[in-house]
Amino acid sequence: MNYKMQLTPDEIEILNGAKGETMAKVMKTLVMYGDAFGATKMVPVTSKKGHLVTSFGLKVMSPVYDLMDQLIAGGALSGQKFSVDPKPLDPKVPANFLQKLIFNKFMYSKQDEYDEQLRKLGLIDDKSYTCTCYMDEVGNIPVKGDVLSWAESSAVVYANSVIGARCNRNSGIIELFGSIIGKVPYFGLVTDEGRKATWIVEVKTTKKPEAQILGSAIGMKVMEDVPYIKGLNQWIGTQLDGDTKAYLKDFGAATASNGAVGLYHIENLTPEAVEQGESLIAEGAQVYVIDDAELARVQANYPVMWKDKSATPKLCFVGCPHLSHAQLIEWTDNVVAGLKKNGLKKVSIPTVFTAAPAVVEEFNKTAKAKELAATGVILSYICPLMYMNNPLCKKMPVITNSNKLRTYTTSRYYRSEEILDIITKEAK
Amino acid sequence: MKQFKGRPVVAGTCSAPALVSHGGFNTLASFQNALQFGDKQAKCGDQNNADLYQKPMVGTALCLPQTIGSTTGGMVLYCAKVMERNPACMLFSEHIDSLACAGAVLGAVWTDSPMPVIDCLGDEFLNYVKDGMKITVAEDGTVTVE
Repeated sequence: MNYKMQLTPDEIEILNGAKGETMAKVMKTLVMYGDAFGATKMVPVTSKKGHLVTSFGLKVMSPVYDLMDQLIAGGALSGQKFSVDPKPLDPKVPANFLQKLIFNKFMYSKQDEYDEQLRKLGLIDDKSYTCTCYMDEVGNIPVKGDVLSWAESSAVVYANSVIGARCNRNSGIIELFGSIIGKVPYFGLVTDEGRKATWIVEVKTTKKPEAQILGSAIGMKVMEDVPYIKGLNQWIGTQLDGDTKAYLKDFGAATASNGAVGLYHIENLTPEAVEQGESLIAEGAQVYVIDDAELARVQANYPVMWKDKSATPKLCFVGCPHLSHAQLIEWTDNVVAGLKKNGLKKVSIPTVFTAAPAVVEEFNKTAKAKELAATGVILSYICPLMYMNNPLCKKMPVITNSNKLRTYTTSRYYRSEEILDIITKEAK
Repeated sequence: MKQFKGRPVVAGTCSAPALVSHGGFNTLASFQNALQFGDKQAKCGDQNNADLYQKPMVGTALCLPQTIGSTTGGMVLYCAKVMERNPACMLFSEHIDSLACAGAVLGAVWTDSPMPVIDCLGDEFLNYVKDGMKITVAEDGTVTVE
């Protein structure tokens, strides 16, 4: 094949088939991919662990599983252990007979086979199914400057922005290929130049902006560019503590799903912005001013996809991306207080909170777990997005505080305080 | 008739009617229904894309600025290609994004019939082309619109 980037003799040997035809095709894919972006070379993946986006054994995605079989048969396994996105099924999450039938017999009938493929390819363990692999309880936490071969838009934008790792917005499969070869093409967000901000976002709101709406507004405006955000410190501080990290997790997921943001800098907060300040801003950067009116405009423009727009919600999801331990505690306290205030014992809408299996496990060791269970809220490791991906759920009036879930499904977005109000009041 | 010169990301030739998205093309949101539920026309399922929502994408020359959304995007495009739910070609006015590029390259390396993908066609291309116009793609990345 013709290629433009500079390859080492070892890389050329792999490309020419020295490690077999499958490895050659894996390398060829990475080289073509890198060439399209003007990558000058391949660089080593330096993180200890990878993260894959593909967690679901969907029958109709058989081309992916066929490809995985080719990799396993060809000995092209991941050189590093990896975590993977959440599972699409959890028996604890409400589903009627028909839904269960469709989920288990038709849609996700490949799940067990695919889980086995993941184990063979290098999955860390059976608890490593989450979109928030960077939580302390999960332990797949890169260090600043690490080069990653990850996918999952919310995890990539978090690792780049909050941790200061370096990873392109890789697609599913490409991220696995990087972990197999142990190298990624050097371009985009892996380079210093690619991490410069081409947008300045000025936050001029009169109160702390809802993370999911602020992220959505910025994502839709800057698309795949890198924003440098000013004025947010007054609301979320200058320390990357648990609350702030949770805010940035939700904010970043919205930037990545409503647009294609892979990295953001927040003045005086995120590691590169703290170190380099405004020197991170590229010459000629555009400016986007966000005030209360702009956030209201953005939220008002979200389409409501329900057939009956005034329907009583049948299900509520909180936790896309998965909740942190601190968020679980905060939601538990808020639900308990809300129910008490309204004279109820149980939530009025079937409600599912989602978190990483390891976070759920830790939470279940605390007294808060019993408090949450008493409210009727179900705690699950499921991927709400995968749960919603079927025609039966499409017809269900589902509510969420996740802008990612809203974007990809027919669920209706409400701010967190609105969600709390809905589920802790008597249903209409 | 007008010609535009782009860069072949995956070289090839084809002729197909144009289908135009002026906003970012959300690959997962657009294809997920088609892939999951046997929609052979691959009607676009992205409720946020007013240009394409509910329009069949199979066999079209999909004209777009870039793709956006979930990092499953490239894998979804690859599956669409293998399952023959893909556009005849994808024509990007801007530089191709990493997700779409992954799908294009996977299709080129791991299937026998790559889908032509051209990028860097320019804003003028996307302003000029309209749904249903005849598109012809040449091996060197020249796109003819008539």
